[in-house]
This record gives sequence, structure tokens and C-alpha cells, in this order.
Amino acid sequence: MADVAIPRAKPQMSEDSAWTQLKHNRNWLGFWFMVPAMAFLIFFLAYPLGLGIWLSFTDTRIGRVGHFVATENYEWLWDDSIFWLSVFNTLLYTFVASALKFAIGLYLALLLNENMPFKAMLRAMVLIPFIVPTVLSALAFWWIFDSQFSIISWSLRHLGVIDQNINFLGDTTWARICVIFANIWRGVPFVAITLLAGLQTVSPSLYEAATLDGATRWQNFRFITYPLLTPIIAVVMTFSVLFTFTDFQLIWAMTRGGPVNATHLMATLSYQRAIIAGQLGEGAAISSAMIPFLLAAIMVSWFGLQRRKWQQGESND
Amino acid sequence: MSSVQIRDVRKSFGNFEVLHGVTVPIEDGQFVVLVGPSGCGKSTLLRMLAGLENITSGTISIGDRVVNNVQPKERDIAMVFQNYALYPHMTVADNMGFSLKLRNAGADEINKRVKRAAEILALAPLLDRYPRQLSGGQRQRVAMGRAIVRDPQVFLFDEPLSNLDAKLRVAMRTEIKELHQRLKTTTVYVTHDQIEAMTMADKIVVMHDGIVEQMGTPLELYDKPDNQFVAGFIGSPAMNFLKGHVRVNGVAAFEGPNGVKLPLKTAPAASDGRPAVYGVRPEHFTIADDGAEAEIIVVEPTGSETQVFAKIGGEQVVAVFRERHQFNPGDKIRLKPDPSLVHLFDEATGKRLNA
Repeated sequence: MADVAIPRAKPQMSEDSAWTQLKHNRNWLGFWFMVPAMAFLIFFLAYPLGLGIWLSFTDTRIGRVGHFVATENYEWLWDDSIFWLSVFNTLLYTFVASALKFAIGLYLALLLNENMPFKAMLRAMVLIPFIVPTVLSALAFWWIFDSQFSIISWSLRHLGVIDQNINFLGDTTWARICVIFANIWRGVPFVAITLLAGLQTVSPSLYEAATLDGATRWQNFRFITYPLLTPIIAVVMTFSVLFTFTDFQLIWAMTRGGPVNATHLMATLSYQRAIIAGQLGEGAAISSAMIPFLLAAIMVSWFGLQRRKWQQGESND
Repeated sequence: MSSVQIRDVRKSFGNFEVLHGVTVPIEDGQFVVLVGPSGCGKSTLLRMLAGLENITSGTISIGDRVVNNVQPKERDIAMVFQNYALYPHMTVADNMGFSLKLRNAGADEINKRVKRAAEILALAPLLDRYPRQLSGGQRQRVAMGRAIVRDPQVFLFDEPLSNLDAKLRVAMRTEIKELHQRLKTTTVYVTHDQIEAMTMADKIVVMHDGIVEQMGTPLELYDKPDNQFVAGFIGSPAMNFLKGHVRVNGVAAFEGPNGVKLPLKTAPAASDGRPAVYGVRPEHFTIADDGAEAEIIVVEPTGSETQVFAKIGGEQVVAVFRERHQFNPGDKIRLKPDPSLVHLFDEATGKRLNA
């Protein structure tokens, strides 16, 4: 530093100026501006994630500090048929629910993008399932699918379609259908509204140009709407898949994983083993086992999300 | 190629009528420009011709066929939009070939026609690019290429140059006119820019508030505007208007503001004292000793000509001179309109009074 070389009357001056310099250093200042966000991320994301992974390599139970047991928990899970059933359930649940949410959401978005009376009101109504707290809607579905008081069974009986109540949440197939249905009901608004926002960014003159070029309505969708919507579809479906894969509330409120573990997802099984049964290590291992699946989903969207050539700016290749 | 007949066409949005019976005959191969200030209904008329808007009443025919109830894609027309409406996710070649693809044309056929259009428009090196990678003028050419590829009966242009900068606009103007001379396809071109209309059109249709004010060749409109609106709209700088009265005391003359005397070749019959509007184009003033006294306010040289803003009888007028005078603000000069090139309009209706 230049000021070190210059002899000074008061030696304290250089100390002061070093501090002043630091105060005015942009990187130093920038660091402090980042601290709140970093602290938040470290304490609430990185630390729990790291702790969860660490716990999965120990035999910790509630009330007892665990010891490192290497991959023992995972070896146990490998031979645990219930764990594999929960993996199957989670994949089935995620795949079916996400596919249907996409189909219904896209259909609703296209419908709401048309000019029709009460458009604003209809758009607001579509959001209702989204704003009801999950547990409340789960409880409502619990009643709708109740074995004795189900309104569906009651209606069908009075219509003479069935003789006795359907055991919605007691039968394995029905239970899976019911939780998937509830998840779709809850997830469709997010997909629909986001895709609608995407649809509204498509310039109407493109449709006019395509119409003059001879496109039918289907061709308008196939060649204009769909390709222009793909970036937003990738974002929406990534989030949708992640949310569905890690779903807990709906299942826990409606079936607690039953009947006979038919609706146990990895998240609910993890909770049951870790918190209810107290086997923190094993529960953490189940949770950690979700990581590869989630990473795979993110990778898919990563490649799907990559800016396509036509979205890129001025580069000339 | 085809003629186009627009007969007594009206258009209402709800209770609000925007076109009040418009009739425009368009001959085969003609370049017709619909021009008028914004909101005059010219774009609506073009969109009705394209089939993007319904026709409330009247008929539009392309060739011998009334197309009121014909789907846009069956009208065999191609349109160039103001924002070009290029498909952002398709290359230039795909953009141009899209309509052929929808018609299930073979790949060879599409290739051949896209190539031909690309050659006409000098787009050949850009065929693999995406619209984002093109400049404004290139996008404009792609939009035209998309229209050319189809080889339609009629080209429609909806203010295609208004998104370009001034220099490019002039260049594209020439390019479009040249293209028309080469292809000879019937063209309907909408613009609010009277210079575009003057330079490009075979026939100009001046529209205002949902009616046709006047139709004719550019020079007909310039030399003999039917009314004060057309007179003021066509020509740049705009025509000067001075209010006053016709005087017939031996020689016909015009008494302008504050008693200024202005020459008139002939007065309309029995019109002494009739209130009227005296119109004279800036380029039809000369400096003459018997001219009206004018005080110079501002002098604007443009190089090829000089625009002089001056006050005659308290009213501001603009005069344009090709020769270079040494004028200064505050100078008094005498401006004389060429009596044979003067226009006279009715003060109330704006209709042309002199022959």
C-alpha cells in the first residue's frame, strides 16, 4: 500500500485508514449484504439436509445419541419390502398425478385463455383449491371418501347404481385412486394458472398469421402454442413433480399410508419410522433415499429448461 | 392475381360504427394504399379483407368470388403484419415454408419456393437463423418472404414499415415497390404515412373517420384534393390554410386574415363575400414585389431546400424555396402564391370550390 511507505506523524492514522478502506471495500460490504440470506439458507436448508444425511448413517433413536453405523440403515431398507412398496407408491402417485395435472391444467389454461363471459371470475374460481389449506381439503376428502358417510356412495346408492357403500379408503386400489384424485384436485390450479400466464405471452398476431397461413385450430396449438409454451411447461412440471414426490400432508390426513401400506409414500413412511417409531436413523435413510429421485427430476428439467436456440439473443450460430 | 371489390362495407363494434359504407374498387395488379390518421378504420378494413374481422354489411369480393363468409385460409391472401408476427421458434426457412407445410406440399416443393423467395429478397444467407438473430429490416423481409412464397391472389400490408428507423424505412419502401413491379400481385397497403402512400401507390385511398375522403393517383390527390382534409393530409410540409372571403371586384381575389389580399385565378360564380378557406402549398409561394407582406419567424434549411415560417396577416404559413435566400428572423418579405395552383375550400363543409 502506498500509505505505508509515507511516514506519518500519527501512527494510528494508518490503522484508521485501513478500517476506513475496508468499510469502503465493495466486496466486504457485499459480503455483509449476503449474510442474512446465507444464514437463512445455511440454518434452514443446508444444515437440516446435512443433518438428515448424517443421521441416515447412524443408529440414532429419539432420546439416544446414535453411533456411526455406515450403510447399515440402507442395507436394512434394501431388504425391506415395505420400503420398496413405498418407492413404488411414490413413483405411481407422482407419475399419474403429474401427468393428469398437466393434462387438466393445460386444458383449463387453454379454456380460460379464450374470450368468454365472467372470465375474471372463472379464473379466480380455478384458484380456490390452491388457497384452501391442504389439511382442510384433505379432511374434506376424508369425509367425501368415508366408508359410512361418503356423499359419493350415498348419491350412487340413491341413484340405484350400487347396493352398498364403496370402501374408498379401505380398499387398496380405491385408496390409491382417492389420494391421487385429491392431489390432482389440489395441484391443478397451480399448473393451470401458470400455463395461462405463459399463454398470455404469446402474441395474438402469431395466431392471426398462422390462420392466414392456413392453420386449423389444432395446428395453431400444435405448431404455435405448444412450442412457445415448452419453456414454461418445463418449469411448471418440474415444480409439480417435486411437490408431488415429496407430498406428505394429504396422505397423512387422509389415509396415514393405509390400507396395508398401499398409500404409503416415502415421505410418510419416513415420518412413521422416524418420529412415530422413534428410529431417527432409519427414517433419515428413507428421506435420503428420495434424493437420487429428486436429483433425477431436476436433471430432466435442467435439460428441458436450457434455453432453446430460438430463445437466444443475437449470437449468430 | 385478382381484382378486389369492396362495396358499401360497414363495420360496427357493438353499437359503435367505425366504417360507414366504404366502396373501393381495386384492379388486378394494382398497388392500392389506404392512408389516413389513426382511428380512421383503414386497418379494420384491411383485416376484414383478410378475414380476421367479420363484415357487418356490404360485400368484399376477391376475383369473382364474394368472400364475406369465406375462411381466411381459403381467401388466398397473404398478409404482412406491423410487428411482422414471425414465428420465434422457427428458422427463417421454416417461417417462410410454414404455409406450404400446412398445405401438405412436398419437401422439395417447399425448398424450391422458399429458395426462390429468399433469392428475390436477398435472404439466402439467413435461412437457418431464428427471428431473434435478425435485424429489423431483415425481419421485415422475412415477413414479406412468407407472403411471397404462397404466391397469393392479393398481398396485404398492415403498416409494415412503422417499426423501422427512418433510413431503413425509405430503403424498404423502394424494395416493396420494386417487388410489386416484379411480381405484379394485387396489393393493399395500409399506412398513416402520406409519404409512403405518395411514393408507392398506383392509387391512394384517403380515409378519415370511417369514410373514404378521396381516391385517385398520388398526383391527382396532390394537385386536386377534393376537400380540405385531403389537401391538408397529402403533401409535406402540409398545405397552408388561410380563412377569409372571396372578393369579385373586377378581378377575382381573396381577402385573407386582417384584410390581406391574395390572388385568385377565377372566383366561383356569384361568390362575392363568400367565406372560404384559401389553400396554398408551401412550394407554391414565390418572392414577388406584388406579394403579401410576411414577417419571417423561423428559417429551417434542409440543404436541398429551405423552409421559411412566416406570418401573413397574423397567420402563420410555411413556404419552401429551392433557391437559397438570405433570410433572417424578423425580416419582412413579400410572398406571392401562384394563382393557378391555389385551392379554395368551403369554410363550413371543406369541399373544394374552384375547378
